[in-house]
Amino acid sequence: MIEIKNLTKTFTTADGTVEALKNVSLKIEDGDIYGIIGMSGAGKSTLVRCINMLERPNSGSVIIDGCDMGLLTQKQLRRERRKITMIFQGFNLLMQRNCLSNICFPLELDGIKRADARARAYELLDIVGLSDKAKAYPAQLSGGQQQRIAIARALATNPKVLLCDEATSALDPTTTHSVLELIGDINRKLGITVIIITHQMSVVESVCKHVAILDDGRIVESGEVGEVFAHPKSAAARRLVFPEGEGSAVVVNSSDERFIRVVFNGAHATGTPLIARMAVEEGIEASIAYASTKSIGEKAYGSMLLGITGGEDNVRGAIQYLQKTPDIFVQEVTLNDR
Amino acid sequence: MIDKLFSSETVAEAWQVISTQFPQAIWETVYVTILATAFSVIIGLPLGVLLVAGEKGGVLPLPSWLMHVLNVVINLLRSVPFLILMVLVFPLTRLIVGTVVGTVASIVPLVIAGFPFVSRLVESSIREVNPNIIEMAQSMGASPFQIIVKVMIPESFPSLLSNITIAITTILGYSAMSGIIGGGGLGKIAMNYGYYRYKYLIMIAAVILLIILVQVFQSIGTRAAVRSDKRLKNK
Ligand SMILES: Nc1ncnc2c1ncn2[C@@H]1O[C@H](COP(=O)(O)OP(=O)(O)OP(=O)(O)O)[C@@H](O)[C@H]1O
Ligand SMILES: [Mg+2]
Repeated sequence: MIEIKNLTKTFTTADGTVEALKNVSLKIEDGDIYGIIGMSGAGKSTLVRCINMLERPNSGSVIIDGCDMGLLTQKQLRRERRKITMIFQGFNLLMQRNCLSNICFPLELDGIKRADARARAYELLDIVGLSDKAKAYPAQLSGGQQQRIAIARALATNPKVLLCDEATSALDPTTTHSVLELIGDINRKLGITVIIITHQMSVVESVCKHVAILDDGRIVESGEVGEVFAHPKSAAARRLVFPEGEGSAVVVNSSDERFIRVVFNGAHATGTPLIARMAVEEGIEASIAYASTKSIGEKAYGSMLLGITGGEDNVRGAIQYLQKTPDIFVQEVTLNDR
Repeated sequence: MIDKLFSSETVAEAWQVISTQFPQAIWETVYVTILATAFSVIIGLPLGVLLVAGEKGGVLPLPSWLMHVLNVVINLLRSVPFLILMVLVFPLTRLIVGTVVGTVASIVPLVIAGFPFVSRLVESSIREVNPNIIEMAQSMGASPFQIIVKVMIPESFPSLLSNITIAITTILGYSAMSGIIGGGGLGKIAMNYGYYRYKYLIMIAAVILLIILVQVFQSIGTRAAVRSDKRLKNK
């Protein structure tokens, strides 16, 4: 378990001090995929960098499985960091090494024998689906492939925690989706706790189980993803969930109406025809309780809250139908504060 | 003037000197240059790395007075003209080699002039390394020494190669200059025949050979740097 207690971090610059983190406390359970979302400058990077002490907090503590990271000696900290690895927005591969020896890098640091390191690296290449790129250099790979190699490298030392700082921000929506799927797989298969830092709602919605919203250095809201996004309480959370401004209050038509949230992350569809088609093809009628979508080119982004009547079967049917379209995430939400 | 320069007897005389003395002189110039560059790199590479790693916020922060001393010493050595430096280090040369004249003796001042230059070149190569990659290495628990040896130097290797090539050609030029006061090689021949005995043809031949040597070192170095750089996709 990762416990972050009353973390404070202040930067002193030429033009004054910046309070990047203000009394941040979080608890992250083992095996969770925990999203930390916030606007640019909210302090997200500072927070993850404090978790592995790349940045020393001014006060507060980070306790990982009972071990207080702030109290370790440099040497102990270096050993602990092999258990809490990190992937980055810019991938940060060693450009003069091929993929195989990039993955061997953390093992070399650990003093693992060369033959053993290579065998492990080949295993990891297989896990990330790039066995054919062992001898390729990073410059010869696409962004998505580079991030996969970076993930393989981060997994080399069998970490218990994987920190992802904007790991998909440099990738297009389709590649983002496949990298997130890989991260989800790794979490399920290897049981690694994952912390995902992002400014994109869709990233949190597609893989995270829990989320914390960071605003101006403070955690303003946290909890289960469905819960937080279905009824955001803080202003910052509302801004993220309803980027276009909050629609009018949700109108509940009948008491057996249930709600699903549909998130468009670059799907080749615009909202209304999809809902209309669902009515025609599946015979499931949905009322749009709230919608905030925008299309960029032919792709749709944003989210929608659909009210569906007719009980369990219809709700399931609608979720299944909508999920068939790539880059759409669907999830039932409960509006228990109505 | 021109016909005197190329009269049959001056050509014959020049050819006599070229064929008997040049092979030895070329060899002296090449080995002095390579040895002096090698020693300059042995001293200059660690210093150049320390100039970056030892900074405040670097991977191996050193006391600021030490960094200050290092910078001042390097700047001082870099600002003394080579010929004067040669004279200034006579005592040191005598201490190490036992004499101040001759090919071997010229290596000492060449290294004293070369290593500060190399350390500045290395410094600029090391600064080109992406700081995010260094942070990545830290996040994986690399020690400062591991970061220097496994990240900073290998990642800047192509740039180091091309900078060391610059150092070789500069040191080659210095070695020719050292011919003025006691050094050997092509520089000495150019001085002896061209300056003291007005045998211009021999001097010109020596200069042409120096130019060819610079070209050869430069093109080998450039090719090696390009070939070693894995960031270039189409090779
Ligand atoms: N090394 C530093 N020196 C001074 N100020 C800093 C430093 N690092 C971060 N800050 C400041 O701290 C605040 C939080 O920065 P941080 O990088 O954590 O934001 P972020 O949430 O990751 O933003 P983004 O989404 O743009 O990456 C910002 O106001 C930033 O200017
Ligand atoms: Mg950031």
